[in-house]
Amino acid sequence: MLTTAITISLVLVGAAVGLTLIRLALGPTMPDRILALDTLAIDAIALVVILGLLNATALSFEAALLLAIMGFVGTVALCKFLIGRSIID
Amino acid sequence: MIAEAIASLLIVTGAAFVLLGSIGLVRLPDIFTRLHGPTKATTLGVGAIVAASSVAAYAVNGDISLRELTIPLFLFITAPVSAHLIGKVALKDAAARRQN
Repeated sequence: MLTTAITISLVLVGAAVGLTLIRLALGPTMPDRILALDTLAIDAIALVVILGLLNATALSFEAALLLAIMGFVGTVALCKFLIGRSIID
Repeated sequence: MIAEAIASLLIVTGAAFVLLGSIGLVRLPDIFTRLHGPTKATTLGVGAIVAASSVAAYAVNGDISLRELTIPLFLFITAPVSAHLIGKVALKDAAARRQN
């Protein structure tokens, strides 16, 4: 049962990644693309946690936490660069 | 058995919310409404998937592991900050467009 649920959820999250990539390609303005990249990081966290469930390993937890941190830092750096042309002030 | 059923339900619910956030990201009309969509993916989506991982670990090992919950905790702390910064960028972008 859990394997079936994992398969279904992998398909759902894969579709979410596809839709987010559409917004990343279309996105008329820069903030749209930053938001799409942030959402891609969230989708990657979800995928890593689901794959960790599938392989029954606890290692994926660290990878998911690292992805969360890197996604946040990347979003903040891009936004700060677009606001003031400087990342650290 | 019951823990496995709960984990299955939670993981499908979480994945459905992640998909819902991306549908909102594609279909909503402008950036300020689009900011609203993916928040469902960060809070309910990843939250439910991580809870499912915790419940499944309980079904296998028999002890509750709470360290997975640091992922949603971190996301709950950082989501308002990044949303605020994206909103500031969008405001600046809109103002620059209005001048041209």
